[in-house]
Amino acid sequence: MKPYLAVLNARARVLLQYRTAAMAGVATQIFWGWIRVSVFTAFYASGSAAPPLSLADTVTYLWLTQALLVLLPMRVDGEVQAMVRDGTVAYELVRPADLYWYWFTRQLAARSVPTMLRASTLVLPAMLLFDMGLPAGLAAAGWFLLGLAGALLLSSAFSTLMAITLLWTVSGEGIARLMALVGQFLSGSYIPVLLFPAWSQAALAALPFRGIMDTPFRLYLGNLSGMAAAGALLHQVLWTLALIAAGRALLSRGLSRLVVQGG
Amino acid sequence: MPLIQVSRLSKQYAVAERRPGFWGALAGLVRRRTRLVQALDEISFSIEPGELVGYIGPNGAGKSTTVKILAGILVPTSGEVTVAGRVPWRERIAHVATIGVVFGQRTQLWWDLPVIESFELLRDIYRVSPAEYRRTLDELIAIMDLKDLLDTPVRQLSLGQRMRCDVAAALLHRPAVLFLDEPTIGLDAVAKLATRELVKRLNREQGMTVILTTHDMDDIESLCTRVIMIDEGRILLDGDLDQLRRAATTERRLVIILADEATWIEVPKATVIHRQGARLTLRFDPATVSAASLIADITGRYAIRDLYVEHPPIEEIVARLYQGRTP
Repeated sequence: MKPYLAVLNARARVLLQYRTAAMAGVATQIFWGWIRVSVFTAFYASGSAAPPLSLADTVTYLWLTQALLVLLPMRVDGEVQAMVRDGTVAYELVRPADLYWYWFTRQLAARSVPTMLRASTLVLPAMLLFDMGLPAGLAAAGWFLLGLAGALLLSSAFSTLMAITLLWTVSGEGIARLMALVGQFLSGSYIPVLLFPAWSQAALAALPFRGIMDTPFRLYLGNLSGMAAAGALLHQVLWTLALIAAGRALLSRGLSRLVVQGG
Repeated sequence: MPLIQVSRLSKQYAVAERRPGFWGALAGLVRRRTRLVQALDEISFSIEPGELVGYIGPNGAGKSTTVKILAGILVPTSGEVTVAGRVPWRERIAHVATIGVVFGQRTQLWWDLPVIESFELLRDIYRVSPAEYRRTLDELIAIMDLKDLLDTPVRQLSLGQRMRCDVAAALLHRPAVLFLDEPTIGLDAVAKLATRELVKRLNREQGMTVILTTHDMDDIESLCTRVIMIDEGRILLDGDLDQLRRAATTERRLVIILADEATWIEVPKATVIHRQGARLTLRFDPATVSAASLIADITGRYAIRDLYVEHPPIEEIVARLYQGRTP
């Protein structure tokens, strides 16, 4: 474990240097969040049927998406991308470590540190000024933390898989665009998953994306509890394992056909 | 037993070829045309512990491919390789724990962090015990004069300083073999000398086996006891510097400084190839005329202030070997 913890630690320290960028990001996200809350409030005011999620819950949900947005793997790891492009990736291959876990650890740091930086600064103003609610109860808070951890692992497995595709695509630009669009939409970060049409619910529930955003948020709201909560966590775990297996298989194929650029 | 054993090693790359023009690009989407490039063609050599081997060749000769295969990064098309008894690409993790690699144009240090933090990270990655690490680090600090660099962020180091730190980083886990891929590229004269001195000391004092690829013939001349020259995936020559010279030419140079600049010189069996003021360079073949009789002849007939015999520069020899390669 030690080598991987060391990588996590070093990566986290590098990422912590970007505090100012995180602050600027938070300001943008508060503004954007305020617009989204206003739009949804207007919708609710004019809606007639009883919505599957109350306005208060929706507002909290929206603020959670704002706070945890960077948990979504919307970009391919810039460092791995640069390494693949200029051939420094060769150094990654001369480390006595399992390359998959080595990169997974990198992604874990890249997902968790910026998320923590942003979430911790955004939540307080969102609660005090913009009607973001507290977790539905102590149990909900506990479920939420588990769900958040599950989301982090799932998201890291996603980004590791994306980083591995760089061995083929080199730039990774296309994958990133695709993930940003599809991932944001299907994870519930544009519109809460519950507000999607009824016919789409089963498919959305089966796909992995909701595990990154929707699952922890509904646990927070107390919308999922008991067996439903356990099921949602299991969904996260199964998808994480599947993505890890896919990533490992892809990586070992990639390495056997690798051409290290330059020199 | 040799530390490194390479036999009949081949590597082919399939390179996608793009046809020109819009329709060519479109056709490429449907069917890609690939061309096979033979980067290595059945090369064999073996290296004993403690050797310092220069691995040279023109651009695209297959140098880096060989190093990358030996380092376990690339999988060859065919052939056998063992390094310290292991097949690099089959037992990658166990293998890479025993080697150190420095790629001259790249750094393995973390750009934003002070050097020492990169070292500590490598210590953890290579699972070096704290006591062992302390001992190695102290040694490296002494040999490479790193004391003042350790707390500097990597991005603030000069290229020469960074190279020192990179070499140190590759040695923290006390590897049995050190691969240096163009370690002096881009360095200024002082840093080049320092890097060479360092490699020499590691080899002489620590008995480190070093394999060095380079384009800098001074590196070879000042460091290597053995040279492997490769071109188009085949070994052209494997031997010491003398053998390298003999393979290209047996000629020698005689440099004379005349007492009087205006003197016109003509010597049978030797040709003047360069003249700058009072300084002349003559070329002769020791097989037809011995250096002693040539010197006796010249000093008998002309007033000479100074003279000496030398080999043609290694640059020229290598260039000649590269040019004389089979098409």
